[in-house]
Amino acid sequence: MARKKIQPLPGGSEWSFESIEAYDQAIGRIAQNYGLDCYPHLIEIISTEQMMDAYASIGMPVYYHHWSFGKSFLATESRYKRGQMGLAYEIVINSDPCIAYLMEENTLPMQALVIAHAAYGHNSFFKGNHLFKQWTSANAIIDYLVFARNFIADCEERHGQEAVERLLDSCHALMNLGVDRYKRAPKLSLLREQARQREREEYLQAHVNELWRTLPPQPGKDGQAEEKRFPVEPEENILYFIEKNAPLLEPWQREVIRIVRKIAQYFHPQRQTQVMNEGWATFWHYTLLNTLYDEGRVSDGFILEFLQSHTNVVYQPPYNSKWYSSINPYALGFNMWRDLRRICENPTDEDRQWFPEVAGSDWRTTFTFAMNNFKDESFIAQYLSPRLMREFRFFSVVDDDSSPKLRVGPIHDEQGYQTLRQSLSDQYNLGSREPNIQVWNMDRRGDRALTLRYFSYQRRPLHHDFTAVLGHVAHLWGFPVRLEEQTTAGEVNRLGETG
Amino acid sequence: MIRIVDRRFDSKNKSSVNRSRFIRRFKNQIKKAVSDTIDKSGIRDLAEGKRIGIPGRDIAEPQFSTGQGGVREQVLPGNDRFTSGETFDRPQSQEGGRGSKASPDGEGMDDFVFTLTRDEFMDIFFEELALPNLVKRHLASITEFKRVRAGYSQTGVPTNINLIRTMRGAAGRRIAVGGPFQARLRELQEELDRLLLADGEGDAEVKRVRLEIQKLRARMENVPFIDSFDLRYNNHVRIAQPTTQAVMFCLMDISGSMDEEKKNIAKRFFTLLYLFLTRTYEHIDVVFIRHHTVAEEVDEENFFHSRETGGTVVSSALKLMRKVIETRYASGLWNIYGAQASDGDNWLEDSVLCYDLLNEQIVGLTQFYAYIEIAEDNPQNLWEEYEKVQASHPGVFAMRRIKAVTDIYPVFHELFKKRG
Repeated sequence: MARKKIQPLPGGSEWSFESIEAYDQAIGRIAQNYGLDCYPHLIEIISTEQMMDAYASIGMPVYYHHWSFGKSFLATESRYKRGQMGLAYEIVINSDPCIAYLMEENTLPMQALVIAHAAYGHNSFFKGNHLFKQWTSANAIIDYLVFARNFIADCEERHGQEAVERLLDSCHALMNLGVDRYKRAPKLSLLREQARQREREEYLQAHVNELWRTLPPQPGKDGQAEEKRFPVEPEENILYFIEKNAPLLEPWQREVIRIVRKIAQYFHPQRQTQVMNEGWATFWHYTLLNTLYDEGRVSDGFILEFLQSHTNVVYQPPYNSKWYSSINPYALGFNMWRDLRRICENPTDEDRQWFPEVAGSDWRTTFTFAMNNFKDESFIAQYLSPRLMREFRFFSVVDDDSSPKLRVGPIHDEQGYQTLRQSLSDQYNLGSREPNIQVWNMDRRGDRALTLRYFSYQRRPLHHDFTAVLGHVAHLWGFPVRLEEQTTAGEVNRLGETG
Repeated sequence: MIRIVDRRFDSKNKSSVNRSRFIRRFKNQIKKAVSDTIDKSGIRDLAEGKRIGIPGRDIAEPQFSTGQGGVREQVLPGNDRFTSGETFDRPQSQEGGRGSKASPDGEGMDDFVFTLTRDEFMDIFFEELALPNLVKRHLASITEFKRVRAGYSQTGVPTNINLIRTMRGAAGRRIAVGGPFQARLRELQEELDRLLLADGEGDAEVKRVRLEIQKLRARMENVPFIDSFDLRYNNHVRIAQPTTQAVMFCLMDISGSMDEEKKNIAKRFFTLLYLFLTRTYEHIDVVFIRHHTVAEEVDEENFFHSRETGGTVVSSALKLMRKVIETRYASGLWNIYGAQASDGDNWLEDSVLCYDLLNEQIVGLTQFYAYIEIAEDNPQNLWEEYEKVQASHPGVFAMRRIKAVTDIYPVFHELFKKRG
């Protein structure tokens, strides 16, 4: 594409395969000039119904069958038909090659936006960010999902739909507790080796495991009531613990638990990088398409339509607006990336003081570094500038149930920047957003009960609705399950127990 | 190079398996919602599926989450008046008030609302219902035929040619017939090569071999590519399918004492019955009879929509029914059903006549006869007479009272429940 002569890209709002291809080439060239490193990609054109189908299975092209996906399909369909929601313009799948779905209803400028957003923005994020690199293997996910679907269909044939469905229900209830949050994954090949080895060990272990001992305890040894807990350290990945240690599970049941766990782990990075990822993709579609415009390859009409959708996407209503629901990740992310570029290119004195290494540096290098090495909480803690806090007019409200009134915490002023930024970063910490529940102990000598412990944070109680989930845990574990709460002061209270 | 795949024409209903699993799993709740829907709205407008709602808590997918309380800090955008450290009252009804407010169209906000297709709706609605005492009578009378595949034949019409079989046969024949020629040809070719090497072109022997090869080739080409002998046709046979013949008589009272609401109830009952019959049974006749002082047979449209009225002589309808049976549905060949709706208001003398007609003649001819009385007050003389009929024909004659619209579905369900 070294042609110097400027050739305008196809105009109008109707798209065709040729025009999509032309845009993809043009955008791809610019992305390359900016040094975006992407997986090869595949564009698939789909219809509205197919988009709703894709919604129901979290966007994955293949997935196992379960009623809950039917439920989400019906919900989406119902809301969409009533006009309560629009469908997303695109879905993009973190795989190699990266698959981007375009809806056939989109106009040509929208298709161009989606290509820039998904096929180059998200795609490069998937390839570069450390969480995705560590936890997801893009080249294997589709194969794994095919394996999962076939395996589960096979189980349904052998063991009956109902048994599999109940198992999946229970697994889904614990899906968010089926991920390794704090551990770092070792290198992939090594991981496999170790896992295989561990499994063998555990297989052997099972034959001598205390759990299996049916001999009556010897009276002399009863004095050692203070026996060691198992696991010695609390285990955060409950599904993993159950898969490996539940005494009565059949091998196929363990494999199903593993499948759910693996898929949860695959989606975990997406939950941790929403602001960064969406912001990154939005920043790039904005930059790429504007560059196209600057080069004179697209018309004013095109760029106006694009800008209109773009501004809708990055609009942040204020807290007192009736449209306010939460901080818009697109708005926050997009503005942070744009602000970061500004700090690199035109730093003010304030920026130099706050970001000495970043101010004035090469923005592409800084971008790559930031994109590769952060997740939402650390990204905000590191790069949210005072100027952006002023622009968003952020303020924090503290709701302490022991005091009758709400108190305004730090706001966007000189004294508040640091703490305000910390509070916002904390808001994106999955660890504080979701309850921290870990496997505390299992009673090997007694009734084989499993004890889970909820470590409360900021005195926040567990939602009283936990009984149903506890039932699911018990279903997987096969023996009674107890739930305890440990406060920050170290007190332990029994919250509940299954019969 | 970028790849664009057009998936638009791939199968659309990727989620249909999940959808049907959802419906199966929550069948009980959905069933209840379906019957509620019927109570609330008419049945006629079922054509394009139904929105139904089932309680959200039943289908919740529970997960651990934190509840209210403790210390929470939230960062909000758009500060317009707050300074650090100031305090203010908790805003009212942020969370608590959201409970189960009803939306304008009567669906609870907590309900999970979705649309069932017409077929799904009907399946659930009429599930476990059947016409009682249906027997196969006179199997030979109307025999339906079904065409079934039955192997291949050598004769048939061109549309039925089975290409694969035909071409396979042709290929086999060509190999079989052409094989010896091929072998001979290979021999000659070898000989020719040898001769050419030894004697070179122009030798008489070479000429002879060349000629023979030519002849052989010509003969091989004469083996036809396809021969009429190769043709194979898909063969079909007709298998007789005995059907069950049934006729349903719908008798409705449209006299003056039936006010709009009662008529409405009666019509809805019959609509339900009609939908059930046409959906569940393919071959069924429905005879609509309406009456005030005189009875007449009408078509579906008139039955459900006319506004005539007058006094009441119930026996007139029964007489007409008997006459129709005699002329058109000679009882040996047909399963006969009757459903009668009335407010029970009748001439005293006529009720006795009705008893005679039913007891002596009609009920004996039918498989099942249902009487529904639409009245809020105490039963009148017709009800008493009918009770006698019921006593003498248990299992064949059934009677129920409908007091309000909401009774329609339960009564219907009870009458046509699958038995045994």
